[in-house]
Formats: sequence, C-alpha cells, structure tokens
Amino acid sequence: MSTAPRLTALDALHRSLGATMTDFAGWDMPLRYGSERDEHNAVRTRAGLFDLSHMGEITVTGPQAVELLDHALVGNISTVGVGRARYTMICREDGGILDDLIVYRLDEAEDASPRYMVVANASNAQVVLDALTERAAGFDAEVRDDRDAYALIAVQGPESPGILKSLTDADLDGLKYYAGLPGTVAGVPALIARTGYTGEDGFELFLKPEHAEGVWKALTEAGEGVGLIPCGLSCRDTLRLEAGMPLYGHELTTALTPFDAGLGRVVKFEKTTNGGRFVGREALEKAAERAETAPPRKLVGLIAEGRRVPRAGMSVVKDGEVVGEVTSGAPSPTLGKPIAMAYVDAAHAAPGTQGVGVDIRGTHEPYEVVALPFYKRQK
Amino acid sequence: MSNPNQLRYTKEHEWLSAAEDGVATVGITEFAANALGDVVFAQLPEVGDTVTAGETCGELESTKSVSDLYSPVTGEVVAANQDVVDDPSLVNTAPFEGGWLFKVRVTGEPDELLSADEYTAFSETGN
Repeated sequence: MSTAPRLTALDALHRSLGATMTDFAGWDMPLRYGSERDEHNAVRTRAGLFDLSHMGEITVTGPQAVELLDHALVGNISTVGVGRARYTMICREDGGILDDLIVYRLDEAEDASPRYMVVANASNAQVVLDALTERAAGFDAEVRDDRDAYALIAVQGPESPGILKSLTDADLDGLKYYAGLPGTVAGVPALIARTGYTGEDGFELFLKPEHAEGVWKALTEAGEGVGLIPCGLSCRDTLRLEAGMPLYGHELTTALTPFDAGLGRVVKFEKTTNGGRFVGREALEKAAERAETAPPRKLVGLIAEGRRVPRAGMSVVKDGEVVGEVTSGAPSPTLGKPIAMAYVDAAHAAPGTQGVGVDIRGTHEPYEVVALPFYKRQK
Repeated sequence: MSNPNQLRYTKEHEWLSAAEDGVATVGITEFAANALGDVVFAQLPEVGDTVTAGETCGELESTKSVSDLYSPVTGEVVAANQDVVDDPSLVNTAPFEGGWLFKVRVTGEPDELLSADEYTAFSETGN
C-alpha cells in the first residue's frame, strides 16, 4: 500500500492560495490559508469556502436498499423522503459506534428502486464501506465505493444562500435544512445539500472532481463582495466544537454507544423494517436503560476561567480526583475563552457544578461546567 | 519571509538581538509563528527569573497546540512583553518587532547560535 497522501481535485488551487496543508486521514488537506481565527469568524458572520473532498461517499442502491440501511444503521431510514437527509450512526453488534453518518436519499434509479448516498468520515470510510458490504448479504442491494466519484465543496455562513443563489437554478428557498436536491452550480451538475458542520446555515455541494476547480472559482468570485474567504480544517474544528457537534475519534468511538455520547435520539427502536431488528439493537436497548438509570459519564461543555487551553486526553479533576477526560478543546473565537467537550462522571456533570478543573500540564485550571452547545445561531 | 540579518537564531526557532548594555531581546521567528498558527496565550518568564540557554522558560498556545518556549541564552529576565500577554496575536503579526517576548541580562550564551542565513537554510530544509 502506498503511504503517499491522497490529493483532492483542488490541491493545486490550495497551494496557489498559500494554504498550510496537513495530513488528515491519509489526505493532504488545507489546515488554514491565513489566520484560522479570521476564517472562523468569516463563517460565523459572513461566509467561508471549504474543500471537504476527503469525506467518504458510498452509494447504496437496489430494490432492498432501504431494508439494508435500516438493518445496518441505527436510524429509521425508511422515513427519509426523496430529497431529504438524516444524521445517523452505524454501530457494532455490541453497540459501539463505528461512525456517524449523513444519509441522503437521492432521486430514484431508472428501475424505480431507491438510491441513497451515505457520507462517512474520511478516517472511517473504509470501515463503513466494509461493514455495509458485509451487512448487505441477503439483501437485494448494491453498496458502491464512490469516494473517487465526488469532490465536496462546502459554502457555510450567513451569506452562503445569497452567494449560491447567484450561481444556481435550484430553488434554495425551498431547500430546507437537511435536504438535498440535484441542480446545477456554475453550469455543472451537483447535488446541492443544505447541511454542514459549522453551526451556521450553509450548503455542501457534491460534484464531479473535474468540475471542482471551476465551481470553487465561481463561488470565490460570487462571494468576493460579501467577505467569503477560503477556510481550512482548523477552523472547521473550532466551528463544530462551539456548535457542540461531536467528532469521531474524540467524542465518538467504538468504546461508546450513541447513548453514552448523549445522542441516543438517533437510535430508533420503533422502526418496523425487518421486523424491527437491526445491528446492535439488543446492546443498545441495554445502553439506553443504563443511560436512563445509571449513566457512568456524561458529555458536557467546559468553559475556562483562565486562558490556558484544554486539549484532548487531559484529565478533568475535582477535589484532587480525576472525574473525567477532555475529548476536544480549543480557544473559542466566538466566546473569546478556551472551551472543551469532556466526558465527566455523572455526579459532577450538572451545569453549574462548582470546583471542576482541567489538569493542564500539572496545574488545575478552573473550568465552568455548561450545557452544550456553546454557540447557537440566531434564526 | 526574511530573517533579519542583525539577529541570531536557535534551532528551536527563537531569535536573539545583539546585546545593548548587556541586555538582549528574545522572540520567536516568523517561521515558528506561521507554524503555530494564531497564538492565543503566552506564558512568559517573569522579571527577576533566571533563564538558562536551551531550557524551557514559558509556553505559547495556539489554536491547535501548545509549544514550549526555550531561552536562547543564560541570564536574568529584566522585561517581559506585557503587550504580547494582553494580545498574543502580536507574535503572529510582528514576530521580529512588537511581538518580542522577553529581555535578558546575558551572563552566558551557547556557541551554536545561527546566523540569519544559517537559520533560513535550517528552517527551509530542516538541517
């Protein structure tokens, strides 16, 4: 196997923009173009442009595509209408999270069977592909690796509808949050989805890789007058952290169930496809019960009183005892203070709990326990 | 980027000014500031502290990471840049000027400080 990083269709463009690149899940991706704080603030107040072509697209088709997905995933995919999307997860038999996903229901195939696009995290795309392929046994459905079939460009922020509107024939006003429809952008075909990972309004555009550069340039030009700038993965991380969105490998792992992560709502025990059976059901029922009656730890927000920044893996402490662990931490540009997400023993997880700190290289820095998210946009 | 000729440099990416009345100024290079990204917190040595060449004397936090600050020389700290403590982004915007970190009354310096040309070659190639 080659260890050379994979390059997106926009690689040359990033380099011409002077991006600082980073290895992310085997891809060479833009970390930032200039100041990550400026990029973060642009998305909060104006608009930002992201290359997310590392995300893993998997197409699921065939007469029993929905039966397969309801079997393989924890969500109720049969209730997703054409042109809509759903945030869901794929779990192991023991309930451990393999990945969090967005499933888009596309328009129907020529034989009138349903088509879905499953979008996995780059770091888990192969795991998800393997699991779906394995779980497809016995279903009349096809699972196809489409990672190389798409480039993914996101335009996020309050100015994004206006910017995109000038380049598309699609009815953006009619496109709700978590919906996606085929259309043209800057003259080329795209799946236009109103989704994102920033806590702002915005769009994700799935395109043929050969069209990515033209669309990127057209969006850049259309956004010039309203402050759109290219944005890297560094600010994507602080944006999602402020919005309280989990990141696989940090808040979500195979050692945790969706209930442990406070996301039990994505598990739909009431689904009736396949007689209500799905991978992980029994373990997840127990996990739901445990989360209800005796949760071990809870995912909380922490806001620093000082200026030192908590990082993933640092201990949360109270009265000299370790009571939890930081899963993500960063200086928050919006709050102007360091923030973190952490799993904390249930006894100390209530918002407002006094005396909680983070052990930052031997010093117990005081932190306030808060409910997530840290930031919610005004609609 | 260009590294000013009148400064000397370390492989830990600090710069050191020529001493005036025995006092030299210390900062981090533009190369280091770019590598860190936005600096959000600077913990500097305090006036009166003794710093030792090659040893840690503070830390710089950026969005993505925290980095130790090493002193390029041995001596007593006579000033720390309060402007940087108040606005750490000065390290990014003016690393060789307003973003200086501390001043030392030098009592000893190592032999292996680099010239601007040597440091430029080091930071571009890693050796």
